[in-house]
Amino acid sequence: MRVLVCIKRVPAVGGRIVLDGADIDTRFLGFTMSPHEECALEEAVRLVTAHGGESVVVSLGPPESEEQLRYALSLGVERAVLVETDGGELGPRATARELAAVVGAEEESGGTFDLLLFGNEAPDSGDFQVGIRVAEALGRPCVSGVKQLSIEGGTAVAMRDRGRGMEVYRVRLPAVVAVKEGLNLPRYPSLPGRLKAKSKPLARRAVVGGGDGLRKVGLRVPDGDARGTQSLGTGPDAATRVVEVLEELGVLAP
Amino acid sequence: MSEVPTEANIVIIGAGIVGNSLAWHLAQLGETGIVVVDKGPLPNPGGSTGHASNFLFPFEHSLMMMQLTRDSVRQYKALGVFTESGGIEVARTEARMQELRRKQSTAKAWDIESHLLSPEEIKKLVPYVNDELLAGGLSFPRTGVVDSLRAGTLMREGAQRLGALTVVGNVEVEGIDVAGGRVRAVRTDAGTVRAGRVVVCCGVWSPRVARMAGAHIPLSPAVHQMVSVGPIALFAGTEGEISYPIVRDMDTYMYERQHGADMEVGSYAHRPILVDPDDIPSIAASALSPTELPFTSEDFDPQLADALELMPQLLGDEKAGVRYAINGLISLTPDGHPLMGESPEVRGLWSAAASWIKEAPAIARAVAEWMTVGRSEIDCHEADIARFHPHQRTRAHVRARADEAFNKTYGIVHPAEQWGSSRGLRRSPVHDRTEALGAVYFETAGWERPQWYASNERLVDLYGDRVTRRASEWDARWYSPIVEAEHLAMRDGAGLVDLGAFCVMDVVGPSALETLNRVAVAQMDVPVGRVVYTPFLDEEGGFRADLTVMRLGESSFRVVTGAGVGMLDRQWLVDHLPDDGSAQLTDVTSGWTTLGLWGPRARDVLASLTTDDVTHGGFRFGTCRWIEVGDLDVLASRISYVGELGWELYVPAENGAALWDKLAGAGQPHGLVPVGIGVYGTTARLEKGYRAYGQELTPDYTLCEAGLQRKLVKRQDFVGRAAHLAERSTPPAATLCTLTVDYHGAPAGERRYPLGHEAILSEEGEPLEDAKGRRSFATSAGAGPSLGSHLLLAYLPTHLAACGARLQVECMGERYPVEVAVAGNGAVFDPGNERMRA
Amino acid sequence: MILVLVEHDDGVLTQLSAESVALASGLGSPLHAVALGPGSDGLRALPAAVQAVHAGLGSLDAYAPRAWAHALADVVAAESPTAVVAPGSERGNEVMAYLAALTDLPLAANCLAATPPEAGGAAWSLVRSRWAGSLLEDAELATGGPALLTVALGAAPGAAPAGSGSPQVVVVGTVPDDADLRVVVADHVQPAGDGVSLADAKVIVSGGRGVGGEDGFAVVEQLAGLLGAAVGCSRVVTSEGWRPHRDQVGQTGTRVSPELYIACGISGAIQHMVGCKGARRILAINTDPDAPIMSKADYSVVGDLHAVLPAIVAEIHRTRAERAAAV
Repeated sequence: MRVLVCIKRVPAVGGRIVLDGADIDTRFLGFTMSPHEECALEEAVRLVTAHGGESVVVSLGPPESEEQLRYALSLGVERAVLVETDGGELGPRATARELAAVVGAEEESGGTFDLLLFGNEAPDSGDFQVGIRVAEALGRPCVSGVKQLSIEGGTAVAMRDRGRGMEVYRVRLPAVVAVKEGLNLPRYPSLPGRLKAKSKPLARRAVVGGGDGLRKVGLRVPDGDARGTQSLGTGPDAATRVVEVLEELGVLAP
Repeated sequence: MSEVPTEANIVIIGAGIVGNSLAWHLAQLGETGIVVVDKGPLPNPGGSTGHASNFLFPFEHSLMMMQLTRDSVRQYKALGVFTESGGIEVARTEARMQELRRKQSTAKAWDIESHLLSPEEIKKLVPYVNDELLAGGLSFPRTGVVDSLRAGTLMREGAQRLGALTVVGNVEVEGIDVAGGRVRAVRTDAGTVRAGRVVVCCGVWSPRVARMAGAHIPLSPAVHQMVSVGPIALFAGTEGEISYPIVRDMDTYMYERQHGADMEVGSYAHRPILVDPDDIPSIAASALSPTELPFTSEDFDPQLADALELMPQLLGDEKAGVRYAINGLISLTPDGHPLMGESPEVRGLWSAAASWIKEAPAIARAVAEWMTVGRSEIDCHEADIARFHPHQRTRAHVRARADEAFNKTYGIVHPAEQWGSSRGLRRSPVHDRTEALGAVYFETAGWERPQWYASNERLVDLYGDRVTRRASEWDARWYSPIVEAEHLAMRDGAGLVDLGAFCVMDVVGPSALETLNRVAVAQMDVPVGRVVYTPFLDEEGGFRADLTVMRLGESSFRVVTGAGVGMLDRQWLVDHLPDDGSAQLTDVTSGWTTLGLWGPRARDVLASLTTDDVTHGGFRFGTCRWIEVGDLDVLASRISYVGELGWELYVPAENGAALWDKLAGAGQPHGLVPVGIGVYGTTARLEKGYRAYGQELTPDYTLCEAGLQRKLVKRQDFVGRAAHLAERSTPPAATLCTLTVDYHGAPAGERRYPLGHEAILSEEGEPLEDAKGRRSFATSAGAGPSLGSHLLLAYLPTHLAACGARLQVECMGERYPVEVAVAGNGAVFDPGNERMRA
Repeated sequence: MILVLVEHDDGVLTQLSAESVALASGLGSPLHAVALGPGSDGLRALPAAVQAVHAGLGSLDAYAPRAWAHALADVVAAESPTAVVAPGSERGNEVMAYLAALTDLPLAANCLAATPPEAGGAAWSLVRSRWAGSLLEDAELATGGPALLTVALGAAPGAAPAGSGSPQVVVVGTVPDDADLRVVVADHVQPAGDGVSLADAKVIVSGGRGVGGEDGFAVVEQLAGLLGAAVGCSRVVTSEGWRPHRDQVGQTGTRVSPELYIACGISGAIQHMVGCKGARRILAINTDPDAPIMSKADYSVVGDLHAVLPAIVAEIHRTRAERAAAV
């Protein structure tokens, strides 16, 4: 089984995002990837462990994205490809074009990937489309929003939330699956894993280029969403006021 | 938003382990009206306390740091937050084994239990180490871990129970009001609190907060990387936080410490990563906390292999993951010591900063004692924030030294090791002369001082066997046999010493005499033109300074002291100046320079340059006066720290080079050689048994113990007089002695030369302890070339302090016989002082 | 002309669809809606701005995103709109992504505002929601065809799902092809049915790092039980394995909209606030009065949840007992 996972380097923001001009001030921030993508990586490692084969991780981003790729390698992914940008943000259409090109090139040398795994959406840009665009470019089915996944023969059985239940999709491989957190509980990298990751192959590619049509002009912080907090007190003594509020809100009646 | 009180006796800024502990100690010492503010929430406001690995090894090479650690352990134990785990420093190399043996020797002097272990013995205690890598280890069974957050909470609550403390979290200090050089109030975003005493306990933020008052707290935040790996299968069944000894893998600068189900792996091996205090993120903008910066794996990854190699199965478990990884911020200072005490820049502004968990409660106690009774039980003068010269407070200097020090955290640091960074800042006027002579410079307080001169290399051959050639690389490091050759040449002819680093202060005014008499043990009411050596004492009779004073006029005195302690001595004097301005102190260090001219031919040299009377009768020992040296007006002071006839010659700085040239020229026919501080500060000093401040003379010892008591105590009151009078009535618990090392009875193998801090043992090999519980160790050590002996100074229990008594010194694990050559004050060389008084 | 894709529950527009209609109505006219799937031709009482409804795929019982996109593309081809707007829901975003892929046009997801190009200009001006609403992006969209936009919740908060309009229904005759039907809902799985689901709960009691561990949730569950509430948690809790992921509220968990959200020991990282900001009221209980959540909540209690929650439980028991005694 061959699995390819796409990940994106994003700042690990805290309780408040601080802007530096029109961009996020990342001086004090580390970088990470989306929890969705961590689950995608975990799934890839598990699938390859169960079925044999190879997993590959791809990222489109600045040279520093090597950090996230090495992290993926430390979890057990075999090799990495970095499509290097100059740090500027590519739109989702351009991103999908670049990723489809990488997949094409990788498949030319190594054969078709049974699964291309994406996070359902990037935490920063929230475009909700890259996986589907890549799938369409490659003529493959795509299920998004997936929180359970199993492989039965040549079929991927994927489930996603719908109301209180779940929808079940069955798609033939090769397929694209955009996953969400909850799919699994991702592992932490082991020390040997981290060590091995340092010497695992990481190929760098240049971007193909081309426009998107969607262009970021700038970022800003929305007007405060403060609700005019009312203090109900400190410690257990606040219980009386809390229960009064429960009553006012009409949620106290048994 | 919380409110702060409008008035307080003391405001403590920072509720980390130090601030909480300080509040507790102040309350216990009777202080009330204490307010603690912190911009973060309690109990973990987000400073370095919150992410500390919280383990305490009891050993430090520095006596002060060891005592602070010891006191902290005692306090943590009393709070019930200490868990003894044991700790082992393991060695992978022979060089490290030697360092561990050196530590063990000092550990005996410090009364710290330690055991040298074989790799097999280590494996028994820590079954998961790869003992094949190891040469051995040094175990400190009393090592343990603490819950520092809990300790802080307990102490804070204790102070609150005493009714002494108001704590306000989530309040940010925005300014500190200063008027007339004194702190007046702290302004916060929740109101202003007026207070005459403000203590900055802000860890890595301290420089920022001090700057609000216009003062410096010279530290740099620096990153210490730590990862937590787990779950560790072996730890699954263990009780509590820790069941295995902490391992310090000294040669890789790393540690491994069990923390519940996880193993914490920390490193001091990565590149130094310094952070400007202004660049620490706010609480809101931090992903974890402001002092837990994002982990930079590229810095840590190179060390992973070392950790894995030492604990291959345990850390190599694929099921154990890196669950937590931080670039934790710690505080580094220019000299590695904490920053304690009242700021010399703003009175009433105190610092208790740059502390590790290991020392924090003790530092807090000491500062509380300084603030209340004026003296701490533990001598902390090396941590006094007043110690810094102005250049040492600059951001660039602090950063340079912090950068250089970081990787020495677990390094093997030679006692004479020199800094490589931030050098060449203070050069004496004769620097180009000494440089041309191949001076090898050691730094003191920024001054570049010639330690020895390459140009004297020829003397080494000349003196042949009288100069020792140290076989061991360690003993020979930062040393040269030239020192001993210069020593002999000076004793045979004459030596010229660059003393430009002297700290020179003029005390003048109608109350100058009274002021100096109030602090000096010696009588200052002497005729004009007299030079007086005197200690200063603290109220308990411990040493506070030792220096010389020239009486230049009825109400004009010149105080001369060493550069290293210069700022502390100056502060002590400033603190004792009268409020009415009737005595003033002026630091004239930069205006004057000093050359030392000593040796049996010194008079011949000087006489050839002056028409003034420099005969013994015409220029008595212990006097000073202005003489003409050629066309220079020179203040000559006939004293000696090397035990030879001669003078300290003071001239305005701009005359320094001219004076050097005249003396060097005139000295040629008399065998004058340039002589370095290696002779001045060590070899010649030790032969004469002269005590040095910070080594022999510390607040822990008294005049009588050091043998510096005079026959009569002056009638005027002076600081420490009552304590001194009291101690004179009973025999001293210890007596400072000069010992000679006897290599003839030594074990086989190469001779080793103690360099200081080695334990002095009985002939049976037992540590010696005096009636006050202090153990004997070499306070100073060095060659005595004129005697052909290696010399040690050490305080011995008085009953053992007898000439000819035979003891042992332990050096690098070997024991060498020593003999008491002088008990009490006296010299092994020229005991009658005939040469000086010739 | 503007097209807006709408979703409905039993003939009533979803709130997000209503907001999409409101946003779309400001982009030009006429405004036509597109409704797909069974029952799509039965939409009535739509907002007045909608002049016609294109209804298609009425016989396609199982949702198939690409088939929906195919039908939408057919309407686009027939009507040549200047913009196609859809709700930024899971399906809305998905269908629009397919449409964008099929037409190779750019797609701007999660818009809060849009302005058509000025005369002579080529680019739409947009405001997008980023970082799940923590930041706003000013963006430009230059497209060779219609502007494809999906709409984030909050774009038109007051928009009413129903109105007096009774637009003409235009039947869309799209027949899905094989490629459209490769991805189709094959089955539905119903939940096990224990407890109250986060999505439907009227009250949620949620715990974070401050709960301290798996066992610590006993007190959270106790309060939830008393209030008939669902138990939620923050991401750190699921990462630590204290609770299953289905309990997670947040950007990558469930987004909830209860009457009351009680956050216990949760600091309020932006990823969490995104999940609970739909709550009508938030009560935060935290030892740290400066925790981000404390300023974003309606009510706050400073204190350790392990002391505060038992006190609330006791107080509820006392209040109810009093009431029972009074009756």
